[in-house]
Amino acid sequence: MTRPDAVTGPDAPPRPSPATRPGAVTSPDTVARAAATPGRPQPHAELGLTGEEYAAVRQVLGRRPTDAELAIYSVMWSEHCSYKSSRAHLRQFAEKAPPTTALLAGIGENAGVVDIGQGYAVTFKLESHNHPSYVEPFQGAATGVGGIVRDILAMGARPVAVMDALRFGPADAPDTRRVLPGVVGGISFYGNCLGLPNIGGELAFDPCYAGNPLVNALCLGVMRHADLKRAAATGPGNQVVLFGARTGPDGIGGASVLASASFGGGGSGDGAGDEGGARAEQAKRPSVQVGDPFMEKLLVECCLELYAAGLVVGIQDLGAAGVACATTELAAGGGADIGMRVRLDAVPLRDASLGPAEILMSESQERMMAIVEPAGLERFRAICAKWDVQATVIGEVTGTGRLEMTWHGELVVDIPPRSAADQGPVYLRPSACPPGQAALAADDPSRLPRPGTGAELRSTLLSLLSSPDAADKSWVTEQYDRYVRGETVLAAPQDAGLVRVDEQTGLGVALAVDGNGRYGRLDPYAGAQLALAEAYRNVAATGARPLAVTNCLNFGAPTDPAVMWQFTEAVRGLADACQALGVPVTGGNVSFYNQTADAAIHPTPIVGVLGVHDDVRRRLSIGFARAGCDVVLLGRSAAEFGGSLWAHVVHGHLGGRPPAADLDAERALAGVLVTAAGRGLLEAAHDLSDGGLAIALAECCLAGGQGCRARLPGEEFGYLFGESAARAVVATAPGAGDEFAALCADRGVPATVLGVTGGASLEVAGCFTIPLAELAAAHRATLPALFG
Amino acid sequence: MTARIGVITFPGSLDDQDAARAVRRAGGTPVALWHGERDLHGVDAVLLPGGFSYGDYLRCGAIARFAPVMAELVPAARAGLPVLGICNGFQILCEAHLLPGALTRNRGLRFISREVRVRVENAATPWTRDYAPGQEVTLVLKSGEGAYAADPATLRRLEERGQVLARYAGGSPNGSAADIAGICSEDGGIAGLMPHPEHAIDALTGPSADGLGFFTSAVRALAAA
Repeated sequence: MTRPDAVTGPDAPPRPSPATRPGAVTSPDTVARAAATPGRPQPHAELGLTGEEYAAVRQVLGRRPTDAELAIYSVMWSEHCSYKSSRAHLRQFAEKAPPTTALLAGIGENAGVVDIGQGYAVTFKLESHNHPSYVEPFQGAATGVGGIVRDILAMGARPVAVMDALRFGPADAPDTRRVLPGVVGGISFYGNCLGLPNIGGELAFDPCYAGNPLVNALCLGVMRHADLKRAAATGPGNQVVLFGARTGPDGIGGASVLASASFGGGGSGDGAGDEGGARAEQAKRPSVQVGDPFMEKLLVECCLELYAAGLVVGIQDLGAAGVACATTELAAGGGADIGMRVRLDAVPLRDASLGPAEILMSESQERMMAIVEPAGLERFRAICAKWDVQATVIGEVTGTGRLEMTWHGELVVDIPPRSAADQGPVYLRPSACPPGQAALAADDPSRLPRPGTGAELRSTLLSLLSSPDAADKSWVTEQYDRYVRGETVLAAPQDAGLVRVDEQTGLGVALAVDGNGRYGRLDPYAGAQLALAEAYRNVAATGARPLAVTNCLNFGAPTDPAVMWQFTEAVRGLADACQALGVPVTGGNVSFYNQTADAAIHPTPIVGVLGVHDDVRRRLSIGFARAGCDVVLLGRSAAEFGGSLWAHVVHGHLGGRPPAADLDAERALAGVLVTAAGRGLLEAAHDLSDGGLAIALAECCLAGGQGCRARLPGEEFGYLFGESAARAVVATAPGAGDEFAALCADRGVPATVLGVTGGASLEVAGCFTIPLAELAAAHRATLPALFG
Repeated sequence: MTARIGVITFPGSLDDQDAARAVRRAGGTPVALWHGERDLHGVDAVLLPGGFSYGDYLRCGAIARFAPVMAELVPAARAGLPVLGICNGFQILCEAHLLPGALTRNRGLRFISREVRVRVENAATPWTRDYAPGQEVTLVLKSGEGAYAADPATLRRLEERGQVLARYAGGSPNGSAADIAGICSEDGGIAGLMPHPEHAIDALTGPSADGLGFFTSAVRALAAA
């Protein structure tokens, strides 16, 4: 394209093929040159900008962008960073937010911050790393953990726990054997080495995720109220410090190329012409970053010491879009008259051949950017040196309202920062209910043959319990450290993770993440509500009061009106349900383009709910650990089988209506569980979800070691395997039965005594008796048999 | 004066706060020691906590053994200062040749995080005197390279001289030679343990409170000394 006519610097060797790297040329494309050569063709389409978007950039600048500026707009206006297809819909989370005083920082920050009392605040967020985890499962998943941990760190909090929601193709598919062990290994490697307990999550399989696995990682952080940090550059003259790992060529264009586009047909570059396809695949490979959890651990401790010393005016983590994102967002966050002058050649490099555009787009991991007062710089450097963290001043805050960047003295970027950070395009994309949706809803599972005899019900339970979705997940969770930090009170396979925040008072935080793609496919509005309801119920089942919501919305391509319909329905459903349950959304993430060729994944909103536990010593476990306790079913049961585990496992069927979401009933049920836990009325509690009462009872027995004898109050199949929402099964404490029954009656929650705990088998009168050893064998053999 | 027990923090140490809490719960006073300081601050005993010191790059514990603080610790330990290395700390003690043998990749090559039953074989050391010989306890195993390995002569010597501190009851989950979960020096003062007693000091946050005995043992031994 352009002829090199200047050298970039003394240590920059000649580059073999500049055209393979976006924007990389041996001499910088300066602002002056951009003004002088308005007609020069630019590769905006390769960088993911449409013709209209490119024209809008030219309009903002009044000239063509330089290569470096084009790099900034291409990543900042990507779907991943700008939420351009979703933003108009996500506004509902704020518009319908229930009144709350608990929110200290909300949507738009790196993560939401919630007041949990006693001067403590917590911050939490879910984020996807789906596409990188398919291309390179181990590093993709590892850096997903690293990224969300830095988001939490940037709020001023100490990260204290992680969780993850995972989806894969069929458990026995060859590619799942590549992807799943890699993803689990990457999460294990990064989280364990970072010293963060993994307190739970969920894992499910479906053919729709073959070629599009979902890796949604959540991190929880704890701080005192006064520790809250903001991503804003303030105070002209303050220094801009980049610290942590050096910048390399990894992940260049990750946000625009990888996270905002779908893969080609076969996933191996076919169909694009042999040479072009091979080159395209090669070009995507370095879009996956490589993680170093040891560096991240140092960065965490270093940041916390810097915060404690009061040396940080503003801070931003470097994630998607790297330096481009951190500089534009910090400058934009400072206010209209705030600008920044950055020397890109000062950025410490791992690869000296990188040019300005590449440095801006690099997604090298384990980096942070801080705004520091000049007087604090020496102490800042000393703390970084203590932790062996490299810190480099790369610029300063100005009062110009412009983000200016130089490369060896030449001006290569001069833009209004908010035009990149906040004023990207917003699309109201066409949406239309797909033609097959009504037929899908009409295909009710009532036509499917059902088990009738006791022997058939027995074998149905065993086959569901051993199905990959319901099987014991120890093969996965035993690779995660749940004990480190010594504050983990509950972890998998409990309904929710629970960590203690204050050792003296027993104050703690519970977290659950849930989602059901089958429900979402049948009805995205209801599916999103059911995902929220399940996570809300799971938190309450530990005795914690649900307080706030995060989410990760996983969908296909937004350019497909059918996908856009699913998305808008899901967002509307979730916003309405949050309003009804009184829990605000504090932040979240959207992942589009989860599709292979024309086939999108099931709409899969993953919802995380955070609750506060007044005293973790009163937490409830799912396990039946004491004999002689009454077993009580809470909630209304109906024969609801649309999208059920039974229809999926036994018949491979997906059709009909998902269970009805009854949010008033969810709220009443949660009230009963939290109150009963606080009064010490319960020994155990477990929510009912996939596989219904039968799976829940089996899990209670296996977790606590005690069997159970139950008698069902109606038609056995419907009671055992139906998936009505707003239900839980509990074991009451000795002598507490009457008080508990009165509480349920008072709150209008139906309570049915099913039987009593004890013995060495799960016995359902008139149906079957299954020894716990047989249940355990069915439950535990599946994943080891599949994955070794 | 309660026993002052130092807890060394290397870059990448993760269980240092847990170890300090265990010392406190046992009635001792934890003293934070920093890897970069050639100073043990006059402590009565030292804990090397779990984690991934220096990222476990090169080999687990291989870089940590060269840390400045180790230049003080190694001669002090040889002169009788009680030292317990847990998990990564055990690996560091082996790399520093304060204990024989090495910790190698788990059989199965995966990280293992689970509760384990461990039998205390030698209850006559400063770290185990609150247990009965042969007592079984529930601790936490969480490691990727926890399989103890040594040549046959070393293993024979460990058995003969009572240097097997603890063994996995019911077989080793990770392929350790002779089901070894921990070993000690001949006088019992220097001990290495792969499972984590500091994660088993309270049934609320761990599988049991069985592990507290390692810390109360040291506090009582130091008070008696």
